[in-house]
Amino acid sequence: MKAFLILEDGTVFEGKHIGARREIISEIVFNTSMAGYLEVLTDPSYAGQAVCMTYPLIGNYGICRDDMESLRPWPDGFIVKELSRVPSNFRCDMSIQQFLEENGVPGIAGIDTRALTKRLREKGTMNGMITTDREYRLEEVLPKLKAYTTGKVVEKVTCREKYTVKPSVALGDNGPLSGAARFDGEAYKKGIREPRPTLVKALSGAGLKVALLDLGSKDNIARSLAERGCEVTVYPAWTTAEEITAAGPDGIMLSNGPGDPKECTDIIREIRKLYDTDIPIFAICLGHQLMALATGADTYKMKYGHRGGNHPVKDLATGRVYISSQNHGYVVDMDKLDPKVAVPAFINVNDGTNEGLSYTGKNIFTVQYHPEACPGPQDSGYLFDRFIQMIRTSEARENHFVIRTSEAREDHFVVETSEAGKGGESHA
Amino acid sequence: MPKNPNVKRVMVIGSGPIVIGQAAEFDYAGTQACRSLKEEGVEVILVNSNPATIMTDRDIADKVYIEPLTVQVLEQIIEKEKPDSILPTLGGQAGLNLGMELEESGFLKSHGVTLLGTTAATIRNAEGRQEFKDLMERIGEPCAASKVVETVEEGVAFTESIGYPVVLRPAYTLGGSGGGIAYNQLQLEEILENGLRLSRVGQVLVERCIAGWKEIEYEVMRDSAGNCITVCNMENIDPVGVHTGDSIVVAPSQTLSDKEYQMLRSSALNIIDELKITGGCNVQFALHPTSFEYCVIEVNPRVSRSSALASKATGYPIAKVAAKIALGYTLDEIKNAITQKTYASFEPALDYCVVKIPRLPFDKFITAKRTLTTQMKATGEVMSICDSFEGALMKAIRSLEQHVDCLLSYDFSGLSAEELKDRLKVVDDRRIWMIAEALRKGVSYEEIHAVTMVDVWFIDKIAVLVEMEEALRTGELTPELLKEAKRMEFPDSVIARLTHKNEEQIKAMRHESGIRAVYKMVDTCAAEFAASTPYYYSVYGGECEASSAGGRKKVLVLGSGPIRIGQGIEFDYCSVHATWAFSRAGYETIIINNNPETVSTDFDIADKLYFEPLTPEDVESIVNIEKPDGAVVQFGGQTAIKLTESLMRMGVPILGTRAEDVDAAEDRELFDKILEETEIPRAAGGTVYTAEEAKAVANRLGYPVLVRPSYVLGGQGMQIAISDEEIEEFMAIINRIAQDHPILVDKYLQGKEIEVDAVCDGTDILIPGIMEHIERTGVHSGDSISVYPAHTIGKLVKDKIAEYTRRLAKALHVKGLINIQFIAIGEDVYVIEVNPRSSRTVPYISKVTGIPIVDLATEVILGKTIKQLGYEPGLQPEARYYAIKMPVFSFEKIRGAEISLGPEMKSTGECLGIAQTFHEALYKAFLGAGVNLPKHKNMIITVKDADKGEAIEIGRRFARLGYTIYATRSTAAALNEAGVKARKVNKISQESPTVMDLILGHRIDLVIDTPTQGRDKSRDGFLIRRTAIETGVNCLTSLDTARALLTSLENAGQELTLVDVARL
Repeated sequence: MKAFLILEDGTVFEGKHIGARREIISEIVFNTSMAGYLEVLTDPSYAGQAVCMTYPLIGNYGICRDDMESLRPWPDGFIVKELSRVPSNFRCDMSIQQFLEENGVPGIAGIDTRALTKRLREKGTMNGMITTDREYRLEEVLPKLKAYTTGKVVEKVTCREKYTVKPSVALGDNGPLSGAARFDGEAYKKGIREPRPTLVKALSGAGLKVALLDLGSKDNIARSLAERGCEVTVYPAWTTAEEITAAGPDGIMLSNGPGDPKECTDIIREIRKLYDTDIPIFAICLGHQLMALATGADTYKMKYGHRGGNHPVKDLATGRVYISSQNHGYVVDMDKLDPKVAVPAFINVNDGTNEGLSYTGKNIFTVQYHPEACPGPQDSGYLFDRFIQMIRTSEARENHFVIRTSEAREDHFVVETSEAGKGGESHA
Repeated sequence: MPKNPNVKRVMVIGSGPIVIGQAAEFDYAGTQACRSLKEEGVEVILVNSNPATIMTDRDIADKVYIEPLTVQVLEQIIEKEKPDSILPTLGGQAGLNLGMELEESGFLKSHGVTLLGTTAATIRNAEGRQEFKDLMERIGEPCAASKVVETVEEGVAFTESIGYPVVLRPAYTLGGSGGGIAYNQLQLEEILENGLRLSRVGQVLVERCIAGWKEIEYEVMRDSAGNCITVCNMENIDPVGVHTGDSIVVAPSQTLSDKEYQMLRSSALNIIDELKITGGCNVQFALHPTSFEYCVIEVNPRVSRSSALASKATGYPIAKVAAKIALGYTLDEIKNAITQKTYASFEPALDYCVVKIPRLPFDKFITAKRTLTTQMKATGEVMSICDSFEGALMKAIRSLEQHVDCLLSYDFSGLSAEELKDRLKVVDDRRIWMIAEALRKGVSYEEIHAVTMVDVWFIDKIAVLVEMEEALRTGELTPELLKEAKRMEFPDSVIARLTHKNEEQIKAMRHESGIRAVYKMVDTCAAEFAASTPYYYSVYGGECEASSAGGRKKVLVLGSGPIRIGQGIEFDYCSVHATWAFSRAGYETIIINNNPETVSTDFDIADKLYFEPLTPEDVESIVNIEKPDGAVVQFGGQTAIKLTESLMRMGVPILGTRAEDVDAAEDRELFDKILEETEIPRAAGGTVYTAEEAKAVANRLGYPVLVRPSYVLGGQGMQIAISDEEIEEFMAIINRIAQDHPILVDKYLQGKEIEVDAVCDGTDILIPGIMEHIERTGVHSGDSISVYPAHTIGKLVKDKIAEYTRRLAKALHVKGLINIQFIAIGEDVYVIEVNPRSSRTVPYISKVTGIPIVDLATEVILGKTIKQLGYEPGLQPEARYYAIKMPVFSFEKIRGAEISLGPEMKSTGECLGIAQTFHEALYKAFLGAGVNLPKHKNMIITVKDADKGEAIEIGRRFARLGYTIYATRSTAAALNEAGVKARKVNKISQESPTVMDLILGHRIDLVIDTPTQGRDKSRDGFLIRRTAIETGVNCLTSLDTARALLTSLENAGQELTLVDVARL
């Protein structure tokens, strides 16, 4: 069936309808990741937007449920060049077409996605409509498009009530990591998800309790902490600072999330209170922006944002450059930073925009990009370690933790040897 | 970190002659790196024995030594030039090995020379099998169970402990040379013995067989600050078991989820970080198809064929960035040359699909086994870019120029489903065609996957193409169907065949429906940032990003396609130089080519690059957009010449020699008329179409005769026939491929072969020099040792040659280049062949005479005269140097290939020997080609009866040099009778010890074996030659070559003198 993508500037792309049969109006953005479309679809930060994948062949390995970053897809619509008709992967649970249909996500395929991307790059992010109505009338559609805003989407995507993620016993629980993962295909087919022996890092976070404020969190944030041994309590976005601190967390994480940070006035107020405690805080993406707004800085909307898995970010503390996973349309205004409050800690090598802040005199650092990856490079996973180290070394707790660390080491070090005779020395 | 100020003079080592496994990609990488170094104000001293390369040009490096790549020569150059550093990671495995030898011997240290880029310790860790395994274990990266062995017994014992099958990989060899998979002890012993011999360090890795796993590669970069990026990942359609150089490869990976992609990416970065690579590196993985289990197969701590492919596939110039990193820069300090806005510290995002298909030489070696294994056999490759896999595959297929244009091109329709399943078990170069036929016969995806282990996703894509064939064949050709077929890049010709229409009708229908190719840009960033590099590929449907900007005059330069035997990098050299010359003359330049290994497809050579197949239809689509003022075809070999007629039909003026004159040189009758008018003699001959006609002509002329198709390169299909039976045999072979053009039968004249390249402006000619072949006529000019200046012919003959050249060039109205081959018999000179275009010898003769022929030809094409260019017309004064071009073969890589030299070209590359004396030049040429004698001073001579007389003289000279001569019965008798001591050995069919045992005993330096004329009838001779080649024994099949080698050996021993070619 024919489908149309109508942009705010009057451009119309004609293609083939995919996914659910539904008409949507949304903000159109593009993502340049070449793999990881499922992680993109299930990233709550895309709520209120329709995503165009710039890589033309999408759906090649189908849907592997294990890779979902939340319980459902969030984008309003999905725009691709070509949707694979036969997915091929040993873990594939269903085709992407089926997944979109089942979850009510409409989309369009067969359009010149590169032309669309160029348009968004040149004119900036625009609103658009995906419809199968051949009789659409531009003069009626365009005002509707102009009127669309993402609104207060955080409320839509956050968890309904708090829950706890237990520390991982074996890292294999959390899916593949770098290293040898011996795998029993037969067992997998039978649905036996044995923890896969894998290279195991020291569980540096063992014994730590971390509160995660869910503003639209990707699962791999909690997983990344849990796999380092932390117990993570996930709170809905509207939770008060008092409730969080009352639970006595060793550290607080503010997650990623969708929409315009300035819409989140209530949350900003609570975050300000968290800032005023002495609890170490690490924030990602929307969390990073909200912390900035809570402490007097400003944010602005970028022309077309950063969405993909190839942006270079420089860690100003070390001078090292890491390739990062990115998904944001707003950014903290570096010109309006008060160095007494916060200083840039990370910048984007491409365009020089802010990618992270270090809060002066505080155990707080925040990043604009996604150390939890999924999709994209895992290079910045070290930031979770840095967060844990920050908690450990925060003065008040030092003595207390020395003992717990050594306990943790004995209990949680896992040494595995693969058949190839690999001595799996643990290394942090 | 900014540039290291201590680096001022850098020596760059090239990769030497083109052989299978080490081809044009290193000219591309080396040229890019040298330019990058010069950009930084560093003085570059270049060493490479290969004269056909662009990197050995005087404008690429400051000092150019086209000298044999041996440790001794490099040491001499270092002593003379005193570089402060040396960059060994650009010259492939050959360059790396030399760099390591210089470092390990302490020579570099004692001469204050630093190894730039990746350190020696790193190279050892990455290249030494055990060191690498230990390192991988230390960091927890898995390798397949393996052991480095130094004896066959050790290998057998280890294999018994891990079980068959096992993969065998010799350490430090090119293109997996000498490796293979062994399924039983017999195979194990055979491959192991061969591999141990080929390995520089006598080591072979015996490894658990992971054949059938997905083969995935990552191209990664790291700088001295430890910043790491991946440029590209690639997936081989052919799973582990086929050398990646022989596999169809797609970029980026298609069947990997983000989890798998990132798992391997992290592993690759982990590995290069641990190895402390500074520069580019290639990591190869095997990934279990139904699990997350993976193994690291190999790490190459240097630029490679894969890095060239990755550069072209992404637009990220790996060699250029690697050179900057070697100078001390970090990735975030190096600008992305494509966007000019972003930096080299990012990872390219592709918004298209890239397919590479290897160009295999089985059309040249018809006796060779087509089976693909872990030993690479391809001589070159093609790449294509499209927004769908189907489109990219279809474009790559027709870029191969092997008479294939779709998945129907090899006809397996006679095979049943069962037979096909059986045939699919053996991997050869026609596998995708066979899969297509299996699909047509209703074999299921699962069955095909079970046999081939090719991922179902790729099988489905082949099925999509098969379904389209069917739809075209059976359905009505609606505009919608046509649009869909074009989206998959079905060429008009194929659509026409399937729909029983003609090509014109399809084209007309396309134009009516507005179905036209549009062009998208390769920009490294999936359109996220604006880019200005005009590097394009075509798709059907969507917005066109290419446009024809007015202003300057515009010229289309047609490239030469994949590297193959007979059409090598010489033509890329010519295309690139012509492009530069047009550019200097103020033209806007446009290159069309499809070879990812070459310099011409680097995005900053021409003003615009179209990475497209070189077929009339593909070229026409570009012409429609660009509307060039002219096209130049004389530099791109036969590939470009073949497009002449089509270009004229499109209304594109051919710059330089006119098409009808090119035709006149190829058309027998027209050419005979010209020869008559110009009073130039040639061998008598005739034009035929059938075997009967051929026999009639041959009998009229008298045997032996030369039989060859017209309009071919490299003497393809050319044979010397001595009987009616042979004529029938050869005609059958030639006619297997439909011939549009007649076949030529000529009287075979035996004499001295002479070759000339000249520039003609329509009136005057310029002959830089006359080259003389050491082998007599009958050996293809590309396989002959070529000597400049010609030293055995007198002034009279030289004058005659110059005069004939002038007359022919004028008669053919040549504007630009012309190449002529003559035979000199006494004082008589006959013409063999005239090619009004660039030739294989152009780069060589340009370099050794210092006359930039391509530049001059381009100027002439643009209207300048030779006099205006400052040259006195005619034959130029001879140089003070002898320069000898030596052919280099890759016979050891192609199992079953016939190695005897004849009219059909077989060499893959060439090297140069240049010196003030003929003898030294000859010695250098042999040295550069890897002929390094003596070791044992034992040799075997076995020649056909006609050669016995000459063999005596040769035997006597070898005996004088102290060689022990073994010979088969009749040769031994002839030698002994003439007083040359020869020991008789038994033929293979006789009882042991036979000549074969002697060769396998590893005590022989040299075999001289002249085959009976015509295609070899004797299995014995073939076996002797193959065994010699495969056990690393030098084997000569021409007595002329043997004599030259003797001369070189008789004069060996003195210190070599060095020649800076940039100063000639």
